[in-house]
Amino acid sequence: MPSLIHARGLIKRFGDFTAVDGIDVDVQPGEAFGFLGPNGAGKSSTMRMIGCVSPPTDGVLRILDMDPLRDGPRIRARLGVCPQLDNLDVELTVRENLTTYARFFGIPRATARRRADELLDFVQLGERAGSKVEPLSGGMKRRLTIARALVNEPDIVLLDEPTTGLDPQARHLVWERLFRLKQQGVTLVLTTHYMDEAEQLCDRLVVMDGGKIVAEGSPRSLIEQHSTREVVELRFPTEDQGAYASKLDGIGDRTEVLPDRILLYVADGDDALAEVHRRSLSPASALVRRAGLEDVFLHLTGRTLVD
Amino acid sequence: MLTMVLPKLVSFEGAGRRSASVAERNVTALRSAYWVVMLGGFLEPVLYLFSIGVGVGALIGDIELPGGRLVTYTEFVAPAMLASSAMSGALSETTFNFFGKMKFMRLYDGMLATPIRPFEIALGELAWAMIRGNIYSVAFLAIMVAMDLTTPLRALATFPATVLVGFAFGALGMMTSTVIRSWQDFDLIGAGQFALFLFSGTFVPATGYPLVLRWLVELSPLYRSVDLIRGISLGSVGWPQLIDVLYLLALFAIGLTIAGHRMTKLLCK
Amino acid sequence: MTPAAYVLEYHLVNYRRTWRSSALSTMVLPLLTMLGFGLGVGGYVTTGVDGTAYLDWIVPGLIASTALQTAFGEATWPVLSGFEWVRSYFGQAAAPLRVADVLGGHLAFMMFRVLVSVSAFVLVAAAFGTLRSPWALAVLPLSVLIGFASAAPAMAYTASIPSDSYLAILFRFAVLPMSLFSGVFFPIDSLPDPLLWVAWALPLWHAVDLTRAATLGLNPGLAGLGHLLYLILWCVAGWFLAHWRFQRRLVV
Repeated sequence: MPSLIHARGLIKRFGDFTAVDGIDVDVQPGEAFGFLGPNGAGKSSTMRMIGCVSPPTDGVLRILDMDPLRDGPRIRARLGVCPQLDNLDVELTVRENLTTYARFFGIPRATARRRADELLDFVQLGERAGSKVEPLSGGMKRRLTIARALVNEPDIVLLDEPTTGLDPQARHLVWERLFRLKQQGVTLVLTTHYMDEAEQLCDRLVVMDGGKIVAEGSPRSLIEQHSTREVVELRFPTEDQGAYASKLDGIGDRTEVLPDRILLYVADGDDALAEVHRRSLSPASALVRRAGLEDVFLHLTGRTLVD
Repeated sequence: MLTMVLPKLVSFEGAGRRSASVAERNVTALRSAYWVVMLGGFLEPVLYLFSIGVGVGALIGDIELPGGRLVTYTEFVAPAMLASSAMSGALSETTFNFFGKMKFMRLYDGMLATPIRPFEIALGELAWAMIRGNIYSVAFLAIMVAMDLTTPLRALATFPATVLVGFAFGALGMMTSTVIRSWQDFDLIGAGQFALFLFSGTFVPATGYPLVLRWLVELSPLYRSVDLIRGISLGSVGWPQLIDVLYLLALFAIGLTIAGHRMTKLLCK
Repeated sequence: MTPAAYVLEYHLVNYRRTWRSSALSTMVLPLLTMLGFGLGVGGYVTTGVDGTAYLDWIVPGLIASTALQTAFGEATWPVLSGFEWVRSYFGQAAAPLRVADVLGGHLAFMMFRVLVSVSAFVLVAAAFGTLRSPWALAVLPLSVLIGFASAAPAMAYTASIPSDSYLAILFRFAVLPMSLFSGVFFPIDSLPDPLLWVAWALPLWHAVDLTRAATLGLNPGLAGLGHLLYLILWCVAGWFLAHWRFQRRLVV
């Protein structure tokens, strides 16, 4: 079976600036695929090219085995897009946002109405159907945008930073709905700069930095490849954490010095912490945790994900 | 050979339906306040007709047409008000509202994620502006007939001309919206529109202007529209009106082509 | 400096950024109107109005109308923006300013804008030789009165509406008819009775009559005093209305 999204050497330039610098991607039916990276990594540009609203500068891109340049309308008919900034129609009600959008796909009015009601129930907005968009909370607007992306029963749903700017409770509600979609077999493609989001939702992901893909795999395999099992975070009561780095030599496989803390990459965190104390170092705080995608990113790029 | 032609044919399939769904969105968005605003749009030329046409007209009396025929000042001003109302109706929907939807509401970003293409948005918005503008025109023509400023038959013949004027200015407005950068530029558009309104042979015959100014005025789109509509409603149609029609058709074609092209550039970066 | 002066300063600083775009409508539009109606249409009014050339007669009307339009322009979209879009009023209300300071400072800025517009117009009118008397200078304080009498009630209206659709309604149904039927373009005597009463009730006709007396050097007489008092009534009532509406919207 051919991949739903197939990119080889995909490039997007804006003038002199190269936003996407030759990436290879394949997304298989039914998988949840993620682009993880900091702001400016080229995730959104990639998403816009996949959404057929931004022509690639160079390289191969095929969506649903069609050419985005030639078959834009036919491809978009089978995509659902949830953009980074909500662009709901503020002059319409919640329900009308879905029915009107359905009409853009040529869906008959009766079908549009039925589907709108089903989707409003799905994203738990049934009670707000007659309300205007403006008074909705950020989380509700995002859920409505997600519902709108589903109105044409798409083969692929593109989600650009689906939970950026939402409070923790609203995020979990969105994740839960997306997880439900995934269980129904919908192919999800999402970008995020939150590693917890990528770990929660993605079967497979690529880590992007500076327009390039720097790693690829499942969240677990990426962590196994690029990090140790555990991490010890130490904060020393000083302006210059680096001054302590040399005193920690040999404790971990790797040491990362950040402005406010030092990270030790180790197989066993408690053993490592015992060793720190044995060397009579007294950090103001010490934390042992499992390694995550943040650590993978730090290892690959030398920078943190969220600055 | 067939495979090279076919995609182009396919790509036009459903364009009309998709454009219609854009206009349909505007119908759905109609709310009570908007209706009143629309009513106001109709009121504007009527108010001008009574203030300048009737009020100031009482100070002026009759006015001589280029052919030498005498008509009352009210008869002279009424077709010009009809033409400028067709202009401002088309422009208000395709400049201020269109720009707001494009830049401020980001409405078209959402639409472009569907099978709709930029050109189809332009066409749909234009169709909507025309529906709105033509309702104004019909109402104003009815008033002209009621006030005995034209005959019912001529009013009937004038209507298609106002439709053409609307399409030409709608395309022009849309083109302008895709070129300007910020809200501040609307002051310029407003000033330009007002200058057209004042000097396009609307309130006085352009024959009264100094020669250079007169040539300039005769090139303006509103002058062409006023000339066409006045010619038909006063029953003095000739070759100049054919030029008017060709001019307005060209304006429409150029405006819409550039608008669609610019929208693709702006929205599909 | 009083607190209201800080608010005025804020608006002036903003104006320094945007004055260029507004300069066009401030300078060019009145000039165009004067050319289009005064000279163009006036050329066909062969008898003049009450023995005055049409151009000279229409100029004071346009000056009063400019003061009103500028005041309405400033008291609508920028005010709604202060509540809805930029929300600058809420920032000011969070500082130690009273509602009267927020309102008064912005009104002071509006009067500044009215003065600039009217001064520009008066200069152009003078260049065309349409000002007949030194009393024409009285147009400047007069325009502030007209501006206040228009801006204050307009602010009260703007502070009471939820969206800018209602501003379009205000301009279409109030400002435009008022501008067209208040004796700016033709004497209101020719209006049918009910419309005449409406013209008397609205502030613009009173302003036009006073301004016309000033530029033509006519004695406004007792009617002039009546006009003045009536405009002051609009100012006072407008201020209290606006203060009440602002209070309602800012102090919840």
